[in-house]
Amino acid sequence: MSSAEMVAELRAPVPSMPPVRYHGVFVRQFVSETAIIFRRRRNIAILAVLGAVPIFIGVAVKISAPRGGEGPAFIGQITSNGLFLAFAALTLCLPVFLPVAVAVVAGDAVAGEANTGTLRYLLTVPVSRSRLLLVKTAGVIAFIIAAIGLVTVIGVVLGVSLFGTHGMTLLSGDTVSVSNGLLRSVGVAAYVFVDLLGLAGIALFFSTLTEVPVGAMAATVVLAIIFTVLDAVPQLSGIRGILLTHHWLDFAGLLRTQVNTSQLLHGMLLPLGYFAIFTAAAWSRITTADITS
Amino acid sequence: MTAVATALKATPTDTSLAIATHGLTRRFGQHVAVNGVDLAVPRGAVYGFLGPNGSGKTTTIRLLLGLMTPHAGTVELLGGAMPAAAGDVLSRVGTLVEGPAFHPYLTGNDNLRRLDAYDASTDPSTSAARIGSALERVGLSAAAKKTYRRYSLGMKQRLGLAAALLRPRDLLILDEPTNGLDPQGTREVRTLIRELAADGTTVLVSSHLLAEIEQVASHVGIMSAGKLLSQGQLDQVLGVAAALLRVETPDVERALDVLAQLGLRVENHTADHLLVAMGDRTPDVINAALVRADVAVRGLHVERPLLEDLFVKLTGEGFDVVR
Repeated sequence: MSSAEMVAELRAPVPSMPPVRYHGVFVRQFVSETAIIFRRRRNIAILAVLGAVPIFIGVAVKISAPRGGEGPAFIGQITSNGLFLAFAALTLCLPVFLPVAVAVVAGDAVAGEANTGTLRYLLTVPVSRSRLLLVKTAGVIAFIIAAIGLVTVIGVVLGVSLFGTHGMTLLSGDTVSVSNGLLRSVGVAAYVFVDLLGLAGIALFFSTLTEVPVGAMAATVVLAIIFTVLDAVPQLSGIRGILLTHHWLDFAGLLRTQVNTSQLLHGMLLPLGYFAIFTAAAWSRITTADITS
Repeated sequence: MTAVATALKATPTDTSLAIATHGLTRRFGQHVAVNGVDLAVPRGAVYGFLGPNGSGKTTTIRLLLGLMTPHAGTVELLGGAMPAAAGDVLSRVGTLVEGPAFHPYLTGNDNLRRLDAYDASTDPSTSAARIGSALERVGLSAAAKKTYRRYSLGMKQRLGLAAALLRPRDLLILDEPTNGLDPQGTREVRTLIRELAADGTTVLVSSHLLAEIEQVASHVGIMSAGKLLSQGQLDQVLGVAAALLRVETPDVERALDVLAQLGLRVENHTADHLLVAMGDRTPDVINAALVRADVAVRGLHVERPLLEDLFVKLTGEGFDVVR
């Protein structure tokens, strides 16, 4: 080594070279994120409550079967088709339990890290702010899938074992095969997932605005309630088309013999639009905000 | 020109700085928190970043790390322009900003695993080993499996330091690293900083504990009201020329004559000693002159100004200097 090289080495111990990047980083980050979501006691409690809903309905209907058409949607159908237990449970969870679950987890996503101060340490790891939002969004989506999956699976398994399928009678009175019925169940779960995706986008955006996670959660729930209230006012029928919750229960269309695909797609478009707009707003906020927490 | 000289000349000046800011400015409403700060932290230095509460140290650190955007000025970290270069340089920077922060319901070990999982520049297969050695280095191995919420303030601080040491770093930015530590812990942190610096790591350490800084820092920068009042090598900032020589002698009158002939200013004198501003003279030269003139010298002491005195002189009284 020449003396010049030696000096160069001494003078520049750290050349400005981009560091080594390992593959599969997103997977590592996502696994870490889901671990923190699913190990948190609060979130486990939420999942437990959601999982209890189909169990309560199933047991109640088994003990005292309602007469057809009585009570909340689908409950009357359960005795003739066990799969309806899953649909009844989802319908019951959709106005309050599921939105609260989404609001808690998505509202906590960024605000929770800001609140504990861990946000500044994640960003100096470094994790780019866009990547952090992506991982956080993926974690929230995983939780929504788990929540809906739990209600649906427990509903289907319990419903079929308690009440049988009786050849899968649909709302329209027709009978389809068991596999067709299960496929429709997956369809309903997917529809509910898209419903909640819109709300998750809103909660994620709120989560980037505050260092108080409860604030983001409450704002999301309040907004969901406002949507429902506005939807119930006949004089406001003109704006119903843009209310996030307006088409939430339209998955019933999947339970008729003739599935109106265009109506279902239309119902899913709105939550997807909300999701796109609000995650874009969240991205715009998180990439420019000063981290003072 | 020799090869060595060529090599030295060919190196751009900025690569010798681990941190360089120019005119860094950040306001909060009307309040200017950081006002035209030109920070220059040489590579390999232990830079003591001093200033009273609210003088803008932490805001400066947040600006360095890209957590905040400056209203004016630039930041270069390890040669990369922040915040654009954050993805490339921050993995080589270990940080402790405004106290440790971890998930309270995760263990110390799991908290470090989480941070490491997020780091694209680390090898996941060595994660457990690196976490183990980082915990050991800060003396926290025994508490690795405890949840963070059960940690004492000192243990939390140690975990924060462990996070900064999860992988080899070229630069450590430590904001009040000894906050909440007991005397042993403070000593350990001092030793840790010395060890890291000996390995070539540049360390920027902010603190109120001036005595601490005086013991480890090679360089200091003093902030007050958002401005960097003074920075440079510790000796230069303290001002070697301002050092006083305390001469103990019974022949004060004769000594005064000799010192006057040397052109030295006597700050103060009593019946048995005098205090001389040394200027550019060294104690041995002054002593030789005194002895030549038959002045009986009983003792000589160099009295250097304390960092604390300088700090108070620059930033004013009226706040808690050594917390």
